[in-house]
Amino acid sequence: MSLTREEVERVALLARLELSPDEIERMTSQLSKILDHVEQLGQLDTTDVQAMAHAIEMSNVFAEDQLRAGLSRDDALSNAPKRDEECYRVPAVLGE
Amino acid sequence: MTLIQMTATELKAAIEQGQTSCVEITRAYLDEIGRVDARVNAYLWKGGQSALDAAQAVDERRTRGQDVGLLAGLPVAIKDLLCTRGLRTTCASRMLAEFVPPYDATVVQRIAQADGVLLGKTNLDEFAMGGSTENSAFGVTRNPWDLDRVAGGSSGGAAACVAASTAPLSIGTDTGGSIRQPAAFCGVSGLKPTYGRVSRYGLVAFASSLDQIGPLGWSVADLALLLEAIAGHDAADATSADVPVPAYTRTVNESLKGLKLGVPREHFDDGLDPAVAKLVQAAIDVYRQQGAEIREISLPHSRYAIAAYYIIAPSEASSNLARYDGAHYGYRTDEVKMMEEWESERKALEKAGDDAGLNALDSPLVRMYRRSRAEGFGAEVKRRIMLGTYALSAGYYDAYYLKALKVRRLIRDDYDRAFQEVDFIVGPVTPSPAFAVGAMIDDPLSLYLQDLFTVSANLAGIASLAIPCGLTEQGLPVGLQLQAPPFQEERLLRAGHMYQVETDWHRQRPQLP
Amino acid sequence: MSAPPYQIIIGLEVHVQLATQTKLFCRCSTQFGAPPNTQTCPVCTGLPGALPVMNRHAYELALVTARALNCEIPRYTKWDRKQYYYPDLPKGYQISQYDLPMSQHGYLEISDPQDRFEPKRVRVLRAHLEEDAGKSMHDEVAGRADSRIDLNRTGTPLLEIVSEPDMRSPLEAKAYLTELKLLLTYLGVSDCNMQEGSLRVDANVNLWLDVDGERVATPIVEIKNMNSFRAVERALTYEAERQFDVWEETGQRLGDVPKQTRGWDDNACVTKAQRSKEESSDYRYFPDPDLVPVMVTDDQLAVAESQLGELPAALRSRLQREYEVSAYDADVLVNQGRAVVDYFVEAARVSRDPKKASNWIQRDVLRALNESGTNIEDFGVCARNLGELIEQINDGQIPGSRGVEVFHQMREARSTLAEAMETLGITGVDSGELIALCQELLAKNPRVVSDVLNGKEAAVGSLIGQAKKSNPNVDPALVRQTCLDLIRQQST
Ligand SMILES: [Mg+2]
Ligand SMILES: [Zn+2]
Repeated sequence: MSLTREEVERVALLARLELSPDEIERMTSQLSKILDHVEQLGQLDTTDVQAMAHAIEMSNVFAEDQLRAGLSRDDALSNAPKRDEECYRVPAVLGE
Repeated sequence: MTLIQMTATELKAAIEQGQTSCVEITRAYLDEIGRVDARVNAYLWKGGQSALDAAQAVDERRTRGQDVGLLAGLPVAIKDLLCTRGLRTTCASRMLAEFVPPYDATVVQRIAQADGVLLGKTNLDEFAMGGSTENSAFGVTRNPWDLDRVAGGSSGGAAACVAASTAPLSIGTDTGGSIRQPAAFCGVSGLKPTYGRVSRYGLVAFASSLDQIGPLGWSVADLALLLEAIAGHDAADATSADVPVPAYTRTVNESLKGLKLGVPREHFDDGLDPAVAKLVQAAIDVYRQQGAEIREISLPHSRYAIAAYYIIAPSEASSNLARYDGAHYGYRTDEVKMMEEWESERKALEKAGDDAGLNALDSPLVRMYRRSRAEGFGAEVKRRIMLGTYALSAGYYDAYYLKALKVRRLIRDDYDRAFQEVDFIVGPVTPSPAFAVGAMIDDPLSLYLQDLFTVSANLAGIASLAIPCGLTEQGLPVGLQLQAPPFQEERLLRAGHMYQVETDWHRQRPQLP
Repeated sequence: MSAPPYQIIIGLEVHVQLATQTKLFCRCSTQFGAPPNTQTCPVCTGLPGALPVMNRHAYELALVTARALNCEIPRYTKWDRKQYYYPDLPKGYQISQYDLPMSQHGYLEISDPQDRFEPKRVRVLRAHLEEDAGKSMHDEVAGRADSRIDLNRTGTPLLEIVSEPDMRSPLEAKAYLTELKLLLTYLGVSDCNMQEGSLRVDANVNLWLDVDGERVATPIVEIKNMNSFRAVERALTYEAERQFDVWEETGQRLGDVPKQTRGWDDNACVTKAQRSKEESSDYRYFPDPDLVPVMVTDDQLAVAESQLGELPAALRSRLQREYEVSAYDADVLVNQGRAVVDYFVEAARVSRDPKKASNWIQRDVLRALNESGTNIEDFGVCARNLGELIEQINDGQIPGSRGVEVFHQMREARSTLAEAMETLGITGVDSGELIALCQELLAKNPRVVSDVLNGKEAAVGSLIGQAKKSNPNVDPALVRQTCLDLIRQQST
């Protein structure tokens, strides 16, 4: 199956990527090729097969509800691209 | 034999017998890094004085008669995908070029506890996505056997530093072959442990259900040494298995009797380079001569592994890499420039009375996200994020992601069936030896197909070992792959060691003038 | 007031913060009110390489709650990633539960003691565990406003309880919330403090109309930003009328337009459309590969079961059955919370008069608590003292007319009953003393005796003042009764 330009643009927004017209072009054809290859999975009948999301069969892993020291505020904010004394700063979330 | 020509196991013995010191060894490696790494480009960060200081501290403790850990002060190189406290961890991405983690990965801690010395951090494909270390924001790592060829990837730096004698031991990560394939290309040994054997805490995630940290070194005995230091349960990783860790170093020399090896017929079809086939067959013969029974087996779903893998891995990656958005850490686009542009676009749309255009205009926050990610990520990372986002998006989930998870189960079932019959599965690591730098850069699918023999082990979660088994006529290394059932690293290492007792491919080193 | 020409259909989504020390996937504190970004770690700030590990206590609290809501607990449950970009969500996804929640198909019974609606079961579709996001603060100070992000709250454990659209009036919705909050407080699984965000409510509302005998549904609207139960009630009332107006204007039916989200403005008392991005929400849920599933064990279920204790509904009927209080009284007592019920039970036991204990509590204790803003645990009159007070009034040791005085004396001085009585100069009047006094009064007032014998019992009233004059501790009711008894004895 072939991917359309519009689908690539929709996915780019979902993935929060800005793609140039060139990149959209290239992405459309490359992704289509890869998806064509993936199509072969359709040959297999998997009706009664259980999905395998983990590589290991484990369950019930818990940690006790006990406080542990975390990061100091300076450590927490040390990699922030923009910050003030207390907080991370980002362009307004409320929009215009 | 000079220090840098010795295996880690030999160096450890030499230290313990007082023939050399950690400082001497560390200095020898730092010197060799200085001599050759500009050409190989295996390292993104080199330890220098900090490594010498750490080595010195171990030497002093030994002199005072105090206990010294398993790694005995040996230098270890670590793939720059593991977090190191206070030390830049870039993942070979522009996105994290300046990122300094406030914490250590569990494996980094364990290496320090075992008295390993952090020698440097090695290059990789950006966020471990790729098979050639060409997708690094900080330059290609070259294959020490032929500098015009790739070292493989994504742990290209991790394999090349061992091959170039610029580290005796190194830590890599393997999501679809990322330890084994570069080990094979560079003629060194590498192990992808069972999923859950080694803690992933502090390993920057590519595909969480497939990623596994493992050792690289010259010999299988060296892998046993490093694995013993890093393996074992970690309460900070919910997918880490609470399974006891055998003393690999103690048993690795013991050969196995009555071995049954399975050779999957699917691994020897048309796609395999005849030169690789010949060397792998010769390696299997070595086992036969040691009394192993060789059986042909079938892994009928292995041909679907690439398709399943290239849905599952990008899907998880698209999610794992969502956190790099310029908000809390990592790269953020130039906001002033961005806002100027945004304002002028908005005004133009307003002037034109283009309501639809205004509506479609991203908010400054969304634009900040999109542009930061566009500028921070390289092409391959973007490709996989797009692929994964698509596969998980409404309307496609069942056809792609869910289908791939079901095929993953079939692949695992193939292994379970095969391991009822045989102890290990042997075959090639890669369809061909290292390719030329730039040869595959514009053809992602062909590059993905190179992972044919390695991805199944990650999908199934089993252990898998790559060891050098010869050189082609062009002098390029070829790797032999041995796969074992989950948590059978102890037997797998012994089987690998049996081969290295009979052969000396693992002692062949490239000459870098 | 005539009935509106429509029926309101209401479903509620409630997010409850579970009462743990630490967050759902890391061991940072969940304490409210700390300075920004002082309760974080690599896990909850979403640093590269950090991994989540499930908080056992959070899971157990969720399990207890789910059982109290009569939910089925499937054997297998798992965690999924819900993916969207927001700066208070540092990983770019929220760990939540999608297709296999930890509990489903329960119900909560609601009723109204004033009978304004029929008792009913509100079905609970599901209750699942998830992590909270952080806090975005809009900063107007800087010329072009930035948002400031505080991640202290990120990763706090929430139980999301989703009801079926079973409520038919704002009153029912409020009753559901009140009963749910009561249940959660009885269980001790949450402090349900709405001001601190421990309990948050979103509502889905639409209308059913009868159009030529055919039922027509209007588009569903989700309402957010309601920060009190009162606000929920008002927002729903407003929204129903608004939707009816829209229907009359546009005739839009369910499915004609995409689901709208509106925010409640508590000052203006209106709901306002929230700006929605063109991009439809596509959360790309998939199983979180960093977390393993939970297979609920019999042990875990048994522990949850044992921690349920006696829940409000059962307690209400027990109070009616064992203490013979009215349904209304049982409701008032139980709705005050477990501590008040315990207080009642003890006061009833000591006084051997549950009905009076209930009256005292409703009339005097609760009012005093309200006025002083204290908890019953810190109240000056303990249950035992109130019980003794009632008992002694019944026994005539304390005149009924002075009971309230004694009560307030105990409360203010935090004293025992005896101390309070001493302070107020109240000493018991024993029955011999009382009979002697009454005989004396009757002898002095033969007119009263003959009036009573002629059927005018009220005539005894004139003796009460005289009795109190000679002994202020006598109980007027007892004086009246004793005099009547003596007159009857004399006449036979
Ligand atoms: Mg929710
Ligand atoms: Zn935390």
